[in-house]
Amino acid sequence: MNRKNEIWVFGDYRNYFQNRVTLQLIGRAVELAKEIKATVCAVVMGHDLDEWIGEYMAHGARRVYVVEDPSLKEYDAETYAHLTARLAAAHSPEILLVGATSFGREFAPRVAKRLNTGLTADCVGLAINSDGLLVQTAPSFGGNLLADIVTPQQRPQMATVRPGIFKEIPHNYEAKGEVIRIPLPKDIPARRIRLIKSVRQTQKPQKIEDAAIVICSGRGIGTQKKFNSLYELAELTDAEVGATRPLVYAGWADHEDLVGQAGKNIRPKILFSFGVSGAIQHTAAISGAEFIIAVNKNPQAPMMKMADVAICADAGQVCAALIRELKKRIR
Amino acid sequence: MELVVCIKQVPMVSELPWDPATGTLKRELAEGMMNPACRHALEAALQLKARQGGRITAVTMGPPMAEEVLRQALALGADEGLLLSDPAMAGADTFITSRILAKAVKQCRPDFDLILCGCYTSDSETAQVGPQLAEELDLPSAAFVEEIDMKKNRLIVSRFSDGFIETLEMKLPGLVTVSTQCYTPRYFSLAGIEAAFPDGAPIRTVRAGDLGLDPESIGVHASPTRILKVYAAGADKENIVLRGAPKQIVDHLLNRFGDRIGGAMGKDIKKNRN
Ligand SMILES: Cc1cc2nc3c(=O)[nH]c(=O)nc-3n(C[C@H](O)[C@H](O)[C@H](O)COP(=O)(O)OP(=O)(O)OC[C@H]3O[C@@H](n4cnc5c(N)ncnc54)[C@H](O)[C@@H]3O)c2cc1C
Ligand SMILES: Nc1ncnc2c1ncn2[C@@H]1O[C@H](COP(=O)(O)O)[C@@H](O)[C@H]1O
Repeated sequence: MNRKNEIWVFGDYRNYFQNRVTLQLIGRAVELAKEIKATVCAVVMGHDLDEWIGEYMAHGARRVYVVEDPSLKEYDAETYAHLTARLAAAHSPEILLVGATSFGREFAPRVAKRLNTGLTADCVGLAINSDGLLVQTAPSFGGNLLADIVTPQQRPQMATVRPGIFKEIPHNYEAKGEVIRIPLPKDIPARRIRLIKSVRQTQKPQKIEDAAIVICSGRGIGTQKKFNSLYELAELTDAEVGATRPLVYAGWADHEDLVGQAGKNIRPKILFSFGVSGAIQHTAAISGAEFIIAVNKNPQAPMMKMADVAICADAGQVCAALIRELKKRIR
Repeated sequence: MELVVCIKQVPMVSELPWDPATGTLKRELAEGMMNPACRHALEAALQLKARQGGRITAVTMGPPMAEEVLRQALALGADEGLLLSDPAMAGADTFITSRILAKAVKQCRPDFDLILCGCYTSDSETAQVGPQLAEELDLPSAAFVEEIDMKKNRLIVSRFSDGFIETLEMKLPGLVTVSTQCYTPRYFSLAGIEAAFPDGAPIRTVRAGDLGLDPESIGVHASPTRILKVYAAGADKENIVLRGAPKQIVDHLLNRFGDRIGGAMGKDIKKNRN
């Protein structure tokens, strides 16, 4: 029963329509698996799981481990960690990936502790190096710092991964795979936390995370009037507007629009950044942007170093010129 | 209630000195401060103590200068400080940090009811130490909590979790990590501390040996993870710098990257003749 060389992805299916991270991780695992000749597996626990089992296979998992029981209906970090650690101890996967959701970030550290292995938090990159080790890229504080981290000895190599970093593979409902059902062990410990109430948070659709173009503004935009003109630019380009913390504090933008460690994570195809200095709390959340156009008076600002096009000019003036030009040029 | 608050000293981000040559931080020059989330955890503990009575022990693991954050905690209303400081502890990852913290709590406060941690630190940002500490001490835990209350001898907490607002009931002893959305920290005056503790601040320094920890089992060598390299994100990106009059800049931008921008919008952007 001891199957080596598996990459496991933990099936986090709660809040499914906003949370695609499990599929994104399966997508990345499929690429990693080619390099170490591994099988991509999903691990899923809970109740009424058939839908997710099918979904994970359709998106690239070749084997799905399932622990299904009515008593597992509610997410519980301790119980799920207990079960996952046991499964992992029995099947020795090389790698175990978990989405950095609220749940994942409480669950994964417990699993790692039980398995006596390392864990890298909230990764924005995963790769296999020449030693066959999983290189986990995690942002850490202070000016755009990234750290490449490995777990040389212990297994599995574990990482939580930020949602929105990797792409899911388009579904293929013809895909075949193996389902391994594991009966609920008799001796799982009693829950020590009771869920009294769980209410779905009402929120506006999380559009900025999905937008192909995001216009993000910082204090350098200067005035609220100029900030508001960014919405005109956004309308022209079908973009969403985001802001740094000072603008949220000033009340120009909502907390919902905050881009950064304390706010939203974005991965647009194009990011326009106006008057943003590029503090790590902000830039950690934009590392998934494909192409960055930054406007800043100061060419040395960290944001300008991150940009593909660094425009050294006044943010308000560039915005006005862009609006004028685009009106003429968009067909 | 016997409360333990875990506090980390972190470098002050806004003050970080950059090395222009390498584009990295000179960490050793940075000034230390109490990790923001830990201030929220301490505030939550202070409010619990005000309602329930009891005692707060502030614990930090770090270099000798980390004593500062314990003094701040005392000035704010904590009763005792525990400084876990030993060269052998340097470079510990979360796996080892939680092992050391667990050992210290077991030894120095075995009768604790609740441990409060910050939800994450502003330097390593892992959010792992809290849950791993709970695992070490075999405790129930709730991460990123927003509100904490006691009902009989149970803890009631609420939190935002993946699109849900959850209310949970937890048996004690237990552990929570406190989010930075609530429990706005109060301000402190360091002057207060001399008056409050005329015989000197009640801070105890604990070394690895005092905890019965073998130096081999802690610190950077015992940590399961290894840092291969640390680098500035996108520092070596080749970029295009545009300067001049806004109109010229925009023309240049749209002529050269109009296709790319238009592609993202699903619209066509015309090129100019120039
Ligand atoms: C725990 C913690 C969490 C945080 N979380 C977040 C977060 O989630 N999101 C976030 O954004 N911040 C966050 N911050 C704050 C963050 O550290 C920065 O302070 C913030 O991002 C800076 O915003 P800014 O770039 O708009 O302002 P500033 O840093 O003031 O930068 C303004 C920039 O505008 C440029 N400028 C000035 N005038 C002009 C002009 N006329 N034209 C063009 N450019 C001009 C300047 O050169 C400068 O680079 C957090 C901080 C902490 C401690
Ligand atoms: N060296 C330390 N000393 C005391 N508490 C710590 C230490 N490191 C982490 N913690 C606690 O764990 C929380 C989360 O830290 P982290 O996992 O590093 O993001 C912090 O807010 C602290 O409460």
